[in-house]
Amino acid sequence: MRPSKSRGMGYALASAVVLIVWQVLAWLLDTRALPSPGETAGALAAGLRTGILPNLVVSAWRVLLATTLGLVVGAPAGLLMGRSRRLDSVAGPLVFLAYPVPKVVFLPVLLVMFGIGDAPKVALMALIVFFQILVTARDAARAVSPSAVLSVQSLGASRWQGFRHVVVPASLPAIFTALRVSTGTAIAVLFFSETVAGTDGLGWYIMDAWTRIAYADMFAGIVAMGFMGVAIYEVLEIAESRLCRWTRAGRTDER
Amino acid sequence: MAGIEVEGLTVAYSGAKPVVAVRSLDLRVDGGEPVAVIGPSGCGKSSLLLALAGLVPPSAGAVRIGGEGVAGPRLRTALMLQDLGLLPWKTVEHNAGLGLEIRGVDAATRRTVVRAVLERLGLAEFARAFPAELSGGMRQRVALARALALDADVLLMDEPLSALDALTREDLQDLLLGLWLQRRHTQVLVTHSIEEAVFLGRRIVVMTPRPGRVAAILDNPEAGERSYRASETFLHRCVTLRRMLAEEGAFASTEVDEAGGER
Ligand SMILES: Nc1ncnc2c1ncn2[C@@H]1O[C@H](COP(=O)(O)OP(=O)(O)O)[C@@H](O)[C@H]1O
Ligand SMILES: [Mg+2]
Repeated sequence: MRPSKSRGMGYALASAVVLIVWQVLAWLLDTRALPSPGETAGALAAGLRTGILPNLVVSAWRVLLATTLGLVVGAPAGLLMGRSRRLDSVAGPLVFLAYPVPKVVFLPVLLVMFGIGDAPKVALMALIVFFQILVTARDAARAVSPSAVLSVQSLGASRWQGFRHVVVPASLPAIFTALRVSTGTAIAVLFFSETVAGTDGLGWYIMDAWTRIAYADMFAGIVAMGFMGVAIYEVLEIAESRLCRWTRAGRTDER
Repeated sequence: MAGIEVEGLTVAYSGAKPVVAVRSLDLRVDGGEPVAVIGPSGCGKSSLLLALAGLVPPSAGAVRIGGEGVAGPRLRTALMLQDLGLLPWKTVEHNAGLGLEIRGVDAATRRTVVRAVLERLGLAEFARAFPAELSGGMRQRVALARALALDADVLLMDEPLSALDALTREDLQDLLLGLWLQRRHTQVLVTHSIEEAVFLGRRIVVMTPRPGRVAAILDNPEAGERSYRASETFLHRCVTLRRMLAEEGAFASTEVDEAGGER
């Protein structure tokens, strides 16, 4: 309970700093392009009733779907690659050929394939998450301590039991880190793809506000995006603290 | 109790530079006998244990336990690795019950068995702790708990106490002795401590440098009593063993201190 409380304090402090800097900047620059926090809050409150909320839901849904897809396909594939030299020798080169390519370059192709709805945006983000998780899970699975594997083998564990009791739990913390990193990238790319080709989503909302020269609305959209990021981060944090309780064990004054 | 027969065992690792770890090793351990294995580091002691546990296939020769050829992990053989093989993500009770879980024993039975074993090893109040929250000696007990939960009749241990401080070490040696006296399982203890070998091995197998074979076997029938450690015979036996090891060039290795066992 204590850590979450201190994290709440952290958020409060960070928000205060951002608000003060923002307020000061708005005051100094004195331009319509940078509305004050107060104006933005007003636009946000109004927007929640009109435009922002549905677009927030659309974007959040896309992120959720893409992350799930990337994770569900990437994690098992990466773990299998990490534990099977044969599979790795076949799939490894392919993966490392594709891994460094910025996935945004696939957007035009995806747009042609899937049109401008949810599908291309979800596919693009899923690709990003997939590769990040795949590569991380593979490395984590390779790094699993040989003695942990031997010890469950000596207990008569099947290959599947070896995964369940050793490979998966040993790799989980790394997978969570990869998730945090890749959802960040994915959201940035989502913004891009929603502005390039879209009729909804927070990215679209922000760009639309910009073209309408409705700067307060635009900043309200940006703030909403920030909230979405924080929410995702927190969900991952909670999931990790549930699933990887042991990584917090044995550290100072926990018990 | 199941005895162990090793005949002409060769363990070789293929790879970038192939290594023959154990060559044509013969050894016989009677059912219920506690044996210690000692030898220069890198001589193939761990490889021998892995072969006994059915985790490394022999390149030549055979291992039989209880008269049956070992071709894979055996139900009632417990292996305790050098770093204990505890899983950091499992609590004490889950680590201790892992063997049962893997064998498909239902949760209720598992719980009963594990509770009893933890109680016996003084771990009951740490059932929900993670290994990282325990001292080295307690972790050692958890590894033992896993073996006991399986009701192992063959206990293979690879330098299990080497990471412990001297006092905890003696404490656990006493515990190992106590458990053996109670259960009379067949026991193969690999150690690099002369005192430990003499305290816990009724016979002490001295191995040659790599590729490992049996260089000599030292009979030590007095082992099996707590008070043995303080006796004349014990000290003499240690001296004899040290001399035998010196003849095998054991002290030329980097582990002089531990092999000397001066602590
Ligand atoms: N998995 C392995 N692959 C290749 N060589 C190994 C492997 N395990 C051990 N060896 C080599 O086999 C020899 C014996 O090792 P080991 O059985 O661990 O000796 P000990 O336990 O007596 O120190 C060493 O030279 C070691 O480098
Ligand atoms: Mg060894």
